[in-house]
Amino acid sequence: MVRPRDPALPPFEEVVAEHGPVVMRVCRALLGQADAADAWSETFLSALEAYPNLQPGSSIRGWLVTIAHRKAIDQLRGAARRPQPASDLPEVPADDPGESSVDDKLRGALDALPPKQRGAVIYRYLADLSYAEVGELLESSATAARRSAADGIANLRKHFSKGDRP
Amino acid sequence: MNDKQIVDRLTKAFTGAGLDGDRLATLAEKQGLLDVSYRTVDSPLGSLLLAATGEGLVRVAFSCEDHDAVLARLASEISPRILRTPRRLDEAAHQLDEYFAGKRRAFSVPVDLQLAHGFRRSVLEHLRRIPYGVTESYASVARAAGNPSAVRAAASACSHNPVPLVVPCHRVVRSDGTTGEYLGGPQAKRTLLAMEAAG
Repeated sequence: MVRPRDPALPPFEEVVAEHGPVVMRVCRALLGQADAADAWSETFLSALEAYPNLQPGSSIRGWLVTIAHRKAIDQLRGAARRPQPASDLPEVPADDPGESSVDDKLRGALDALPPKQRGAVIYRYLADLSYAEVGELLESSATAARRSAADGIANLRKHFSKGDRP
Repeated sequence: MNDKQIVDRLTKAFTGAGLDGDRLATLAEKQGLLDVSYRTVDSPLGSLLLAATGEGLVRVAFSCEDHDAVLARLASEISPRILRTPRRLDEAAHQLDEYFAGKRRAFSVPVDLQLAHGFRRSVLEHLRRIPYGVTESYASVARAAGNPSAVRAAASACSHNPVPLVVPCHRVVRSDGTTGEYLGGPQAKRTLLAMEAAG
């Protein structure tokens, strides 16, 4: 029997094509490049599993970023427990050295932010979620999320104007 | 540095390598989460979309059918768990290549006829037994599928065949010798019949 689902979900491949880059950006910002590829696959595998039951009309990007957020938390907890996680994944090709040192500075500055600010900057500006969605992810309000994102950006700006200019 | 520059720097710093759709598809298949895989293949009749379930080839679509629209229908009729996965379809693609090169007369890849039901499905089952280079009339197909009076239904089953080429609906022609309808268009059907007649 043909079982038409009401407002049909697009093939999952379209979801990967449309949102894959954003989710990767979030994973890299949350975890660093080495663990990001794993978290990215894990995120889309979980999403694929739940996909047929996704409520029509829900924000797919918000849903994916929420899954990525949880995967990142799992990975960080796992990494804290394990002495040295053995990874049999092929290494992502190294960036050119000049660029990676810029990345390192930026990463350092981002990682130095208080957790709520860091989360708010990543979810608001790298994932392009609404403040309401960011608030939900950070277990606070939209207003608090807006403030955290603004404070986070202000702290990053301070960091870069302290002669620490790239 | 203003806010926008900071956001641009962040975006640029964390954008790039690492996306691996093939690895995702491999893991999805291993975990039983991949319901439909697909790829395209070039052919003398234009680009063909091949889609398979775990059971077998479930859809072959001509480019005139609009591949995106076909995939959207598969998402609603079978499952939206659909990923582009060349590997599961390598053998089907290879056999089609051989067929178009005149080196193959029958397909041995498993076929999933779940998109056809009832009488239509009986028609498709029969079509699979019509040999290379042989044609049959719609009336004879209706008879073979168990309902001699259902000639129009047999014709409709052929023109809606979800797995053309591999299930050779192109070998069914009108009693007056004209080719009849075909998903890939009448010209494609004439090309196939001419190719098989020459081989």
